[in-house]
Order: sequence, then C-alpha cells, then structure tokens
Amino acid sequence: MSLHTKTIAQLSQGLSSGEFSSVELTQYYLDRINASDLNAFITVTDELAMNQAQAADDKIAKGDGNILTGIPYAHKDIFCTNGVKTSAGSKILDNFISPYDATVSHKLNQADLVMLGKANMDEFAMGSSNENSYYGDVKNPWNINKIPGGSSGGSAAAVAGRLAPFATGTDTGGSIRQPSSLCGITGLKPTYGRVSRYGMIAYASSLDQAGPMTQTAEDAALVLNVMAGFDEKDSTSTERDVEDYTASLNDSIKGLTIGLPKEFFSEGLDDEVASQVMAAVKEFEAMGATVKEVSLPNSAYAIPTYYIVAPCECSSNLSRLDGVRYGYRCEDPKDLEDLYLRSRTEGFGEEVKRRIMIGAYALSAGYYDAYYLKAQKTRHLISEDFKKAFKDVDVIMGPVSPTTAFDLGSVKDPVSMYLADIYTLSANLAGLPGMSIPAGFAQNLPVGLQLIGNYWSEAKLLNIAHQFQQQTDWHTKAPQEL
Amino acid sequence: MEWETVIGLEIHAQLNTKSKIFSAAATRFGAEPNSQACAVDLGLPGVLPVLNREVVSKAIKFGLAVDAHINQRNVFDRKNYFYPDLPKGYQISQLDWPIVGEGKIEITLGDKTKVIGVTRAHLEEDAGKSIHDLYDDFTAVDLNRAGTPLLEIVSDPDMRSAKEAVAYAKKIHALVQYLEICDGNMQEGSFRCDANVSIRPMGQEKLGTRAELKNINSFKFLERAINLEVERQQDILEEGGKVAQETRLYDAVKHETRSMRSKEEANDYRYFPDPDLLPVEISDELMTKIRQELPELPQEKKARFISEFGLSKYDADVLTSQKPMADYFEKMITNNSNHAKLCANWIMGELSASLNKYQLELMDAPIIADDLSLLVSRIGDDTISGKIAKDVFKAMWDGEGSADEIIEAKGLKQMTDTSAIEAIVDEIIANNTPQVEQFKSGNEKILGFFVGQAMKATQGKANPKLLNEMLRAKLG
Repeated sequence: MSLHTKTIAQLSQGLSSGEFSSVELTQYYLDRINASDLNAFITVTDELAMNQAQAADDKIAKGDGNILTGIPYAHKDIFCTNGVKTSAGSKILDNFISPYDATVSHKLNQADLVMLGKANMDEFAMGSSNENSYYGDVKNPWNINKIPGGSSGGSAAAVAGRLAPFATGTDTGGSIRQPSSLCGITGLKPTYGRVSRYGMIAYASSLDQAGPMTQTAEDAALVLNVMAGFDEKDSTSTERDVEDYTASLNDSIKGLTIGLPKEFFSEGLDDEVASQVMAAVKEFEAMGATVKEVSLPNSAYAIPTYYIVAPCECSSNLSRLDGVRYGYRCEDPKDLEDLYLRSRTEGFGEEVKRRIMIGAYALSAGYYDAYYLKAQKTRHLISEDFKKAFKDVDVIMGPVSPTTAFDLGSVKDPVSMYLADIYTLSANLAGLPGMSIPAGFAQNLPVGLQLIGNYWSEAKLLNIAHQFQQQTDWHTKAPQEL
Repeated sequence: MEWETVIGLEIHAQLNTKSKIFSAAATRFGAEPNSQACAVDLGLPGVLPVLNREVVSKAIKFGLAVDAHINQRNVFDRKNYFYPDLPKGYQISQLDWPIVGEGKIEITLGDKTKVIGVTRAHLEEDAGKSIHDLYDDFTAVDLNRAGTPLLEIVSDPDMRSAKEAVAYAKKIHALVQYLEICDGNMQEGSFRCDANVSIRPMGQEKLGTRAELKNINSFKFLERAINLEVERQQDILEEGGKVAQETRLYDAVKHETRSMRSKEEANDYRYFPDPDLLPVEISDELMTKIRQELPELPQEKKARFISEFGLSKYDADVLTSQKPMADYFEKMITNNSNHAKLCANWIMGELSASLNKYQLELMDAPIIADDLSLLVSRIGDDTISGKIAKDVFKAMWDGEGSADEIIEAKGLKQMTDTSAIEAIVDEIIANNTPQVEQFKSGNEKILGFFVGQAMKATQGKANPKLLNEMLRAKLG
C-alpha cells in the first residue's frame, strides 16, 4: 500500500468507496511517523487519532461523511487543542494542556478530520529554520542535513515527508510559504482576517494568519474551505462569506496578467533559484498569461519594518507567560520579581528573548515615535505599493526564499537569518494572501514559486496554482528515500 | 505664606454591564473567588478580547451628560506591566483616543456654583484582586474582577479645596447613577476616586508638584485625605523642602498617607494600540438614539421640581443631589401630589435624620416611599397632627406596622368631635381666669398656653386647626 503518495482528494475517494478505512489510513500514517526521524512532531496523539478515525469510519458507514471525513493531518503546535499539550515549541508551555480548542481546531474537528499529532515549530513561530524549537531541530525530508524552513517547519516536513496528507500552518512573516518552498509543498497564507486567530497562540497579532499546507492546490482549497470563516471570538476576522475554493480551480487562466516586482529579483537571490522561478513564469506565459514588470519600491523596508512591528507586538503578547497561572515556573522563587525573571529567563529560548527585548525597547518612552510609529507608516506605504501594482496586474509572482534550504546550524547570525524572509514579509505587512507552490529544483532541493494576490483573492490564487499543477509535476515529487 | 490648593480627580466608575468588557463572564460582586473568570479573563494562550458594545453606549451617555465631545472613532491601547492580578501582563485601556473628550459639569457649594472641566473619560478593563493576608507564605489572586468594565473620568485641575473636590465627586457619583450606568457602590469599589493634589503660592500660575492619592473609598475619606495631603505639602514647602512627585496610599485607619512609588519608580507602560481590537466606530444613528434615550438629568429634574411642585431651590437641590432620594420623593408624590412640600420636608427632615443616626443608605431605610407617603397623607387629611406623625414615624421605623395600623393601635387619631373638644376648652377657660384676662388685654402669645393645655388634656390628639378656631372664638 502506498497511501502516502495520495492527495486528500484521492484519499477521500478511497475512504468513501471503502477501499480503505480511516482507521487503516490513520494507523498507516502513525506507523510512518513512528518510523520517521525528521522530528516533525512534538506530540503524536495516537489514541485520540484512532478514536477520531473510528468515529469517522462510523460516519462514512452511515453515509454521514463529508469530503474530508477521516482524513488525517498534522496540526501545528501553535493551535490550542482541548486536552492535548499545546507548547508552541517552547519550554515555557511544555506543561500546558490546553483546556479549550482554537476555532481552527474546532472547525477541523467538526469536519471529522483526524489529528495525528502536534507539529514541531520554531518557538512561538519565531524563526525561519525551525532551529528555535525547544523540542529540537526539524530535518528537511529532501536532505536531513538541511533545515526545513520555519516557523511551520514541522508541518512542512510532515507533508513533504508524507507523514500526513496535509498540515496546518501559520504565517506571520512567511512561516507557511518559506518552509513550503524549502520542502517542495503547496502552502497558502490567506488574507489577514480570513481565518480566525482565536486559540492560535499569538506571535504578532496584526500579522498572524493560519492556512493549509498540502501537496496540491486542490487539497489546499479543500482544507481552506473548512478553516476559513468569520469568528465572533476574533474581532480582527472579517464578516465575509466563505466561497467554495474548489469551485473555480478549473477556470482558464488565459489572459492572466502576472506582475514581476523588480525588487524581488535583485542582489542576494540565488541564480539557480531565479532561473527556476523564471522557468515557472515562462510556463504561465505558455498557458496564455502575460507578464509585466511592476515595482514595489518600499519592499526594501519590509525587513526593518517587520522586525519592529512583530517584536513590539510579541513583547506584549508573551507577557502573559509569567509563571503565575500556568506554564513553566522557576524553582523556589524568592520573591515576585525573581519569579518573573527566572521563569521567563529559563522558560524562553534565545530568539524569543531577543525579540521581546527588541520590542520592549522599541515601545519604550522616547523611542515609540522613532520606531513603532515610523514602522506603522512604512507598513502603510508597503500596502500602497501593492494597491498600485494590483491596478495593473492580477497576481504578483516571484521567489519565496532567496536560496534553497541551507545546512542545519549554518546560519548563526540572527540578522542573516532575518534576511531570508525578504520576499515573504511584505504580504504579511499588507495583509495580502500569498502562496508557495513547487516550481522545480536547485542544488537537488525544492524551489518554490511565490504568488501574491489582491485581498480576498484566495480562490484566484488557488485557481492559478491548480492550473500550473495541471501542466507541471513538481508538486508530485517526493524525496527519493520515500 | 498663603497657599492655593489645586486638585484634579480621577474617578473609576464600574459600568453596570452583566458581562465583562472583553469576555462573556459575569460581573456579579462577591462571587466565589475565580468563579467568574473565563479563558479570556485568565489570559490563557491564544484567547482574544471581543468588545462588549454595551460599554460603548454607557460611556456615550456619560459623555453627553457632561456636554463632552464624543470621539466617534476611538482606540483601545495596551498598557503593559507585570502584576499577578493582571493576567495578560497588560491592561486594555485607551490613551490617545478616548471615547469621551472634553466636557464640563457644574457643582454647587452653598449658594455658589462653579464649573469643573472634565478632561476626558476612557474605557478600560479592571484588574483582579491580590489578597495578601489570606495565607502566610502566598499571595492569593482572585480574577473575578479582572475584565470588569471601567469608565475612568479625569477632571481638569479645577478644584481649589477638599470641599470642592467632594462636591465634584458627589456630582459625578449622582450623575452616573442618574444615567444608570454605574451602581455607585463605594464599599464594593464600583466607584473609586484618586486625587491629584498640589499647592502653590497664592497668585502663582505655575502648578506645584503633585502627589496622587489612592485607596480612597468614601467621600469623607476623600476630604480627609486631601486636607491631610495639603498640610503635609505645606509643612514641606514652608520648611524649604521640595514635594516629590509620587503616588501615596491613604490609610483611613491610621489617618495618614504613605508613599507607594515615586516618579522614578513608575512603570514605562509601553502603550501601543491593541492589535486584537479594531478601532471603535460609533455611528451617527447610535449617537442620536442615545441622545434621545437620555434620562432626565439632575439639573433638569431640579428645575422641574421647582416649577411643577413649587419646591424651593434649596429643597429641589437637596432632593436631586442623589438619585435614590429623587426617586424616593417622586414615588411619595405619586399619591400625594398636593403635599409636595410636606413630602420634601419629611424626606429631608425625619427620614434623613434617622438614616444619619443609624448610618444607613436610603435604599436600606426600613420605611419605603409608599409607606412614608401614607403617613404624609394622614397629616394632609387631618387624621393626625404633624407632631403625632413624628411618633408614628418612629414606630414605623421600628417596624411596628403601617401608619394606619399604628394610628389605630395606639389610638392616635385626632379628635375632630367638636363637642368633646368644646367641653375641654370650656373647662380650661374656666380654670385659667388670669390667662384669659391677659389674652383679652392683647397678649396674643398666651394663646399658645391654651393650645398646650388642650393638647395635654387630649394627649395631643385634638385637631390643632379646630382647636385654634374654637379658642379664638371663645376667648374673643
């Protein structure tokens, strides 16, 4: 049986036709996870998964199932899951069993999906290599000496390593798209406000957005159908109907206008990555699209802007992790200050502490205007650039990451690490939807093509991606040893 | 040197919503510790605040009542600091864009009125409570109060004495109760005052260094704490010292203030707009609706009491100074509209005196408005005299029954039987010849003697009007 090569759409058929049961499918994946050394999971929820699979099979038998009933998945450990450890990759939440479900968790449960476990991630979603997890590095299935990308590195490795048909991810500055690119899978970050943030442990509230990580665009559409929607528990979610994202997958993309921002093809971009990206764009031209150069002049400020906004918000968001009510508490605190100081010093990792410090500094009296306010203004300018560009083009394309996956442990300087996010940050700052789809290989490692769409254009992006995947087979490639 | 006192008040009024400002948990006072704290109030990872729109309407009501500018777009900010009873490590408040902008309110002190500026009023969530004396080695935290909606009302530094500060605080206290946006209960902490106090040489424009007084939970303590602080600052300045900018805690038991933290120790709160909440947008429709639904405010009620019931300015002012009292009065006169003045007198006289004596709030008075109204009716319809009514009142206060029951049981009904009174009057006139002579020679005052004698003989039950007429006729 080689169930692991199948997409959600194919598995769904197999389940409903009785070719295999969800219990068999789930056990199959649990076995693969147990045999894997990618370290893609923080917690494997065997028992819960088998119970959910059994319940799904019962529903299918009664004819009560939906298209996703009984499909297993890996859930990023940033989503609260009732009764299951939810650590966000941090020591400070190592003992935290969430007493409630995130809205996304709830929706996935309602759709009869089967949670295999909680996927590894950079601590509190801070990182681009998944080397910032308290639970150890995640390995890239294409080369176990390489990083899988981050922060949804466990999710990407799980899907690329075929340890789960799909995974959830979150993207604050590229955390779905970049690991999707480096692991050769399809990842979608929806428009800010499309998916509820309730119960998703906050890194940077104004940037965080959850989305699906899958083998194909069609699968991403199926999963987004479940994840998306207004939530009255999240004031920043948008009261807007959810369309059926599968409905327009097969629409023709003839006449599509693609914008290529010149700023995305500048210094620092690996030549081989660039040529793979351009080859993909050529493919689109062959499919009837036209290409235009556009300019996003302020995207040069995306990195400094992001690395002020995100740390400012996280410095406040992570204040609740104080050792008082839940989570890690240091031993024998001698007074309140000692309790705060040592619990947080011992509980948080280096990168998290660095960003808390940056944020606290940028928000402090006398610096607020120079940093936070200025960053907000720049953020507005970056959004305006996109607004202008989308007057002329339907979609913006470019690389996701300037390089392919680098060696584990090779990037030690945090600023060099931050530079890896150069092409993904703008979409978050502007709140736009973005995707990464497999577009070939360089140095025997996957290269992703980034698509950035206008607000609420998820259906269009999925349509474009799906059409590309009808003409190419990059998305079907799996690491050799599998 | 002559000093001038400058006072500004920060009042925290708890808005009386059923649920919290950013969560669905209940706000009831006195519940089992931590029984009214949901995931949002506990600050669990991943939870998000959702604004309770009720608080917006209540804040607008207040703003309109103090003639303030309402910011129809206002913003929630995070005020960051660590404390065990602050679960998220920040308080959601409003800094640069409060819901209520500049307004004003008039206070009355004796026969003088003065306008006090309201700088702003903003919405925020309350913190929980730290209980330090419950366990030897631990501090207990009760998060029931965490997330309770507060309207922080900040005044301009317009008050020049503790008395003015109290008058202003009382005025705001009455107003929030009139508006029915706060229960005003100071013991339970639903209405709290912090006072910013400074002094300066009389005539100097520049403000002196201020101290902020906290932990004041009654108007009496507000006055005491301010006076105490003014004395303290005078002593320092007159000895050539400098007042430190600091927060001071008032201790009502020891009657002293002590330093809580200095300006240098103050937190840098690192305020920034809360990214979990969108700016609040208030529609013109909502503004219009709230404006139309605004209840009668103290000033309007006062004017109506004067014009409709012919009360004096003073009486109307006293009766409208507290909503419960105005309500009590209005209830009394529903059945007694032609005895408005009498109703007012009884509230401001016997009732207030008794409340004072037993240290009770009006709402806890053993005599409700309808019952006192009945008593006043019995004076009005000549069943009993005003003097006897005081005894009946006392019996009612002691729970002996309704006015009618007591009058009946004690046989206090006035004698209106003319022949019986006449017999008594004749007897008194016959037995007191010298006094009769005095009256006849023009001493009108001696009439009181006869009334007194007659009242004594009838145990006060003779109808005074009837008695007077009869005496005059017989003596004349």
